[in-house]
Amino acid sequence: MRTSFLAPLCALLLIGVSLLACGCTKATEPSASAPTPSPKILQFGNGSEPQDLDPHIVTGVTEHNIISALFEGLVTYDASSEGTAPGVAERWVVSPDKLTWTFHLRPDARWSNGDSLTARDFLRSYQRILTPSLGSEYAYKLHHVVGAEEFNQGKLTDFTQTGFCAPDDHTLVLRLKHPVPYLLEALKHYSWFPVHLPTIAKFGPIDRRGNRWTLPANFVGNGPFMLKTWLPNQVITVECSPTYRGAFHPLLDGIAFYAVDSNDAEERMFRGGQLHVTQSVPLGRIDSYRSQPASPLVIAPYYGTYFYRFNTTRPPLDDARVRRALALAIDRDTIVKNILRAGQEPALHFTPPYAGFTPGEVLHPDLAEARRLLAAAGYPEGRGLRRIEILYNTMESHKVIAEAIQQMWKTGLGVDVALRNEEWKVYLDSQHSLAFDVARAGWIGDYPDPHGFLDLWVSGGGNNDTGYTNPAYDRLLTSALDAPDEAARMSIYRELDSIITRDLPVIPIYFYKRVYLLSPKVRGWASNILDNRGWQYIDLAN
Amino acid sequence: MSTAPSAPPLVPPAPIAERAHSPGRDAWLRLRRNRLSVVSGLFLLALAFTCIVVPPLLGQGYADQNLALGASPPSAAHWFGTDELGRDQFARVLYGGRISLMVGFVASLVALSIGVTYGAVAGYVGGKLDALLMRVVDILYALPFTIFVILMMVFLKEPMNDLDAWLRRFDFLQNLQGIGKIVGLFAAIGAVEWLTMARIVRGQVLTVKKMEFIEAARTLGYSHTRIIFRHIIPNVLGPVIVFTTLTIPSVMMLESFLSFLGLGVDAPLSSWGTLIKDGADKMENFPWLLVFPGGLFATTLLALNLLGDGLRDALDVRAAKD
Amino acid sequence: MLRFILKRLLETIPVLLVIVTATFFMLRLVPGGPFTAEKAVSKEIMQNLEAHYGLDKPLGHQYASYLWDLTPKRFAPWRLFADADGNGTVDFDLQAAFGINLGPSFKYPNRTVNEIIAGKLPASLELGLWALLVALALGITLGVVAAMRKNTGVDYAASTLAMVGICVPTFVMGPLLVLLFALHLRWFNASGWYFAADRVLPAATLGLVYAAYIARLTRGGMLDVLNQDYIRTARAKGASELRVVLRHALRGGLLPVVTFLGPAIAGIISGSFVIETIFQIPGLGREFVNSAFNRDYTLVSGTVLLYAGLIIGLNLVVDVIQVWLNPRLKFE
Repeated sequence: MRTSFLAPLCALLLIGVSLLACGCTKATEPSASAPTPSPKILQFGNGSEPQDLDPHIVTGVTEHNIISALFEGLVTYDASSEGTAPGVAERWVVSPDKLTWTFHLRPDARWSNGDSLTARDFLRSYQRILTPSLGSEYAYKLHHVVGAEEFNQGKLTDFTQTGFCAPDDHTLVLRLKHPVPYLLEALKHYSWFPVHLPTIAKFGPIDRRGNRWTLPANFVGNGPFMLKTWLPNQVITVECSPTYRGAFHPLLDGIAFYAVDSNDAEERMFRGGQLHVTQSVPLGRIDSYRSQPASPLVIAPYYGTYFYRFNTTRPPLDDARVRRALALAIDRDTIVKNILRAGQEPALHFTPPYAGFTPGEVLHPDLAEARRLLAAAGYPEGRGLRRIEILYNTMESHKVIAEAIQQMWKTGLGVDVALRNEEWKVYLDSQHSLAFDVARAGWIGDYPDPHGFLDLWVSGGGNNDTGYTNPAYDRLLTSALDAPDEAARMSIYRELDSIITRDLPVIPIYFYKRVYLLSPKVRGWASNILDNRGWQYIDLAN
Repeated sequence: MSTAPSAPPLVPPAPIAERAHSPGRDAWLRLRRNRLSVVSGLFLLALAFTCIVVPPLLGQGYADQNLALGASPPSAAHWFGTDELGRDQFARVLYGGRISLMVGFVASLVALSIGVTYGAVAGYVGGKLDALLMRVVDILYALPFTIFVILMMVFLKEPMNDLDAWLRRFDFLQNLQGIGKIVGLFAAIGAVEWLTMARIVRGQVLTVKKMEFIEAARTLGYSHTRIIFRHIIPNVLGPVIVFTTLTIPSVMMLESFLSFLGLGVDAPLSSWGTLIKDGADKMENFPWLLVFPGGLFATTLLALNLLGDGLRDALDVRAAKD
Repeated sequence: MLRFILKRLLETIPVLLVIVTATFFMLRLVPGGPFTAEKAVSKEIMQNLEAHYGLDKPLGHQYASYLWDLTPKRFAPWRLFADADGNGTVDFDLQAAFGINLGPSFKYPNRTVNEIIAGKLPASLELGLWALLVALALGITLGVVAAMRKNTGVDYAASTLAMVGICVPTFVMGPLLVLLFALHLRWFNASGWYFAADRVLPAATLGLVYAAYIARLTRGGMLDVLNQDYIRTARAKGASELRVVLRHALRGGLLPVVTFLGPAIAGIISGSFVIETIFQIPGLGREFVNSAFNRDYTLVSGTVLLYAGLIIGLNLVVDVIQVWLNPRLKFE
């Protein structure tokens, strides 16, 4: 009887140990990702797991961080990260009508497998991202070029008919539909990066998803670093590329991009010395970092606005007076000071004041005026006004702000407000289908220019999501890109922004800041307003 | 982490069939001798009473903010301190207690009604139907519960948001804001917690079925429904009560995990689960935001478990031999 | 016994079918799809994406072809543990072993669901196993000690300690352990799954919960057994208390624990997502939760199926062990 008792237990143990053995093989080997002291590896907390590393497929910021180490576009960031430095193109010329851009590529540009990188690679890459069957979500970023949009929609099938052409191996010409003053900034986005077509073709059709060329063993890029390992949901490591710009060697030996999707875990890892840079700081921890001497806390400007969308198609929010009353009743200073606590700026107009833009009309929060407006709209003290729902997606900071605003509207205006929390995908769906009253939203600029912010409110625009239509606004916006000079263009943007302040399809709440932790060991860390930088300029002190 | 491993299996006590000996009274006397259980029971009663009666008397709601005050440690004005919106944590903990206790009790009741009905039918009808029904239970046992609850919460979230919006149209339902999500919780948790109950009840019914008074009821020509609900179920109540007591804490724990995932009740309402989740994120700077809801939660779970143990000992005839 | 196992395996087929069907349709009814994005996607692009993944076909068609992909087409279980790509890890390749194709992932276009699951399963299993070992070691010890010193301070202390695991949520316990052992004492890393030491804190956090249940069961079981005649006989013969417990009582006293192992394993395996998030472990639980939020249809279905299969399999093992242990039970 005793043996019959012990045998199964042993069996259980044996199963366990064997399972353990197969699970452990990876663990016990000295992992490539292990933080080792000697080589200079930057340990970078990179938020969620990247979707892919194919510049034509991905859409996120986490992917951008890695891809900008693995690839290089025509132009790149300079050491301050504010200006533009030559990338694969060593110089470029713009035609007087600003419609034709000619890029002269470095003759010695190489892929990480040694192949030389030519203008044809760029052409074929642009053709690939615009091919309809690839279904690239960011292909629209190339739509400035003549024929690109038609090719992307399948209306044009001959790529030579488009405005992309390569007169020789080292010259690339882009013909634009209209002047794009911020084209150089736009070119820093990965949708404009070249990919190595022969490699992609080796692992499947080039114009289909699900290609395995981005796995470490298969990968070919042209950036300062090349892909070394990829442990899903753990870490992606990159090491110096020997083919990047001849003898050029980045200051770092490599970067480890950690996929850490919990900001609490990330902060603990930073404190435990596992990370040099984090993506964010949990709200509850900001105060203690602020009070530290020589604090690792970084608070940098960030080109974005946090705002609330109105559904202007639903009464009573179709009444601009009601919208204005709600906008004026928000105490932005309190939200910024007591909730966000990291010196974000209260937003009294929509477009962030940057890149030459200064606001025209701004909001002047005033509770008495708000009450007057609400009464004028027929709802004195909020009487007769139906309950209004604030929609937000599941996240601590959105929740707290919504709770604060709910209370401000309730006590200040007598407006009955309910909160509706939806998880991310449902929330997006509700916004796109206008199934909300008021919805929390944020917008981060793709390039440092006000155009991208004001472009949102075009009638029927894909990102409008407020039901707001204003033909005068649309006309004015179209005229902006044809403006004779920068000053004229900016004054058009000022007028557009003022229209938004007057009509208020959205309530601006605050201008973003990037709040994160940075180890004092990191050198040469520059940050621009888009939170981008060239990895080749960064160094690590021992 | 547990979605409560469906509580340790119970030793089925003998049925309470013969009323002449008043086993209920015996059990009560045994329970009273178990001081820990009595204390636990009293604590739970006091807690439920406080959570139900006190909040409206506080003069501060769970959503009343004082942004200028922000997060402040416990003081004479705010016994449990305030959170970063300056809301009185004492009020929030008590209101949260209402929600958590309600989720615990009602979801357990949902599980109980499904489980008891299912088990009673299986046991009473017997034969092939019993075999089939119990195979279904056995099979469902093998499902990843937590996974299913999460899926159901994701699935139910929108309908429940809509239900919520609909309920709010009626003025007399004002106080029920956020009830939709809670109903979703009842449904999702109740739907997975009934299995053990069904097993226990079936076992009991099989024993009770053979007793004379059931035969008597049958010969009197009573309907099956009447026999099941009037005669059989009352006689298997003992183990059902014990098991329910032990289900409540596991349901409350499950609710707190859903809160961790952002699938719990919605702001500005809070349950102990959401309070603890928020508090855990801020425990280093504002420890009182974790200590009070967390402490009460843990104590309540402890009390429920101790009471459950006590009831089990008290109602367990076999254990009473010792 | 073979018949019993075969019968049980056959019974799982309808279960898995129900699970697949429920998950398949529930997911598609929830608002928001795999390609719902913050920035608007043009209609043409959306159509191309849907066509690529076959989402443009009628739902019934999609369902049928998904079921066909899931149907095992060969039987070569040994290939599960092969290492075809030669990277030193077990492939766990369901395609090679059974011809089961769980489909492409919507979120991660360069990986299939088969690959994602194969990559995440080891971490989850390893975590579960360590946690189970912690739970058994701690739970049985506490339970035995409590039973031997019934109704003394030792008993109360052990029982209370065991209760901690039941009463404190893991998402509180985990960060507390990290603060103490990783950030204050610096014994371990705060998060990650790279070194052997990284296993300690997650396994302890998860194991504590089940240690609590096991301690209670052990105590109860031991108390029952310690009153039995053969134990009294052993005592009367002058055997030391320790010997009585270890040689005679433990065997019977642990029976309820074995019964509990089935549900415990299910709970540990499917309930590890909180731990995986806190400690950033690349396991299936986190993948499941994320995929549900991402509407990665195939990944959700695949994970749920795998969980179900795993739990059914492990329960079967536990049942077999139980009958082995207790000859009075028979294979039905």
